[in-house]
Amino acid sequence: MVLVLGLTCLLCSAVLGGAYVLTKEPIAAAAAQKTSRAIAQVLPSFEKASERDFVQVYGKDFPYYAAFDAQGKLVGYAIESSVVGFGGPLTLMVGITFQRVVCNTSVLSHSETPGLGAKCSADPKFTSQWQGFDPSVKKLTVTKDGGDVDAITASTITSRAYALAVENALAAFDELLKEKEVSHE
Amino acid sequence: MSKFKLITDGLVRNNPTFVLLLGMCPTLATTTSAVNGLSMGLATLFVLVLSNMAISAIAPVVPDKVHIPVYIVVIATFVTLLQLLMQAYTPSVYETLGLFIPLIVVNCIVLGRAEAFASKHGVLDSALDGIGVGLGFTLSLTVLGLVREVLGSGSVFGWNFIGGNDGMLAFVMAPGAFLCLGYLMVLFNKFVKKS
Repeated sequence: MVLVLGLTCLLCSAVLGGAYVLTKEPIAAAAAQKTSRAIAQVLPSFEKASERDFVQVYGKDFPYYAAFDAQGKLVGYAIESSVVGFGGPLTLMVGITFQRVVCNTSVLSHSETPGLGAKCSADPKFTSQWQGFDPSVKKLTVTKDGGDVDAITASTITSRAYALAVENALAAFDELLKEKEVSHE
Repeated sequence: MSKFKLITDGLVRNNPTFVLLLGMCPTLATTTSAVNGLSMGLATLFVLVLSNMAISAIAPVVPDKVHIPVYIVVIATFVTLLQLLMQAYTPSVYETLGLFIPLIVVNCIVLGRAEAFASKHGVLDSALDGIGVGLGFTLSLTVLGLVREVLGSGSVFGWNFIGGNDGMLAFVMAPGAFLCLGYLMVLFNKFVKKS
């Protein structure tokens, strides 16, 4: 009895160990590809993106990637920003150019309601308004709250969370600029 | 029992979703679209066939007292294997199904077939049974997903036919899942199972 159970477990763990080693690289590659695709999507064309780094705002770590053009000049930052949406965490990649204009956003992961809040990742009516969203001209809250963000129909909570995530990313961006100035002096 | 009947049995007479009512959790949760239902069904089919074969091969040497733990370990191994493979080679499907892939371990269909069939039959018969039941599950989930997608998002396999994207949203959400499942079950038992 013990022998059979022990042998089964041993065999199974050996199989899984092997599979883990074999799939480790493709999994890492798939994740990296997803990230780099998201960065390319949210920023204007750039030559080279930095490694993942962190900036701290509001006591929270925001992962970010800095993008540079061929001359090594900063194009902008792609910042990962995570907030609580309607159905769980909502994580965005927010691209902000050095002029402090949102270039584009992309949803990395969400658990919003299919057909309602889930539209935040695909519905062009909602997503296109983030292209070139200038927070110095437009107010970053949904129209219902007196802002300039068109919410998804029947998904105000998701839209609010989305706006908040962008706002947090902007705060992280300001912090990055501050750090940069300090290091230049 | 003929080999062919082993397969059709799983499809119709012992259809896991509409007749045996097993594995309801993934059935209701993952069928928001036909593609999701299909991928969940295929994932379960994969695990079902392999675990049925492995279990029928080892069943004669497994003492009765520990047979459940042994079966669960075998099933869990295949599920984890599938999870790693999907993560590596089909990351987008993996993302949609997410949590429900590891939950195949506790899907009653898989353990049910191991207990009721694979432990008492040969490897080939068990494989065929796995294929039959797995296909039955896949078919049911795809049909359910298709109905919900047509009503809920107005599209078929992701192809939108009503323009705009306002279907009857309730069908994409949980209440619609129960409704559709109920009606499909009635229709299935009335027309398909009888004949």
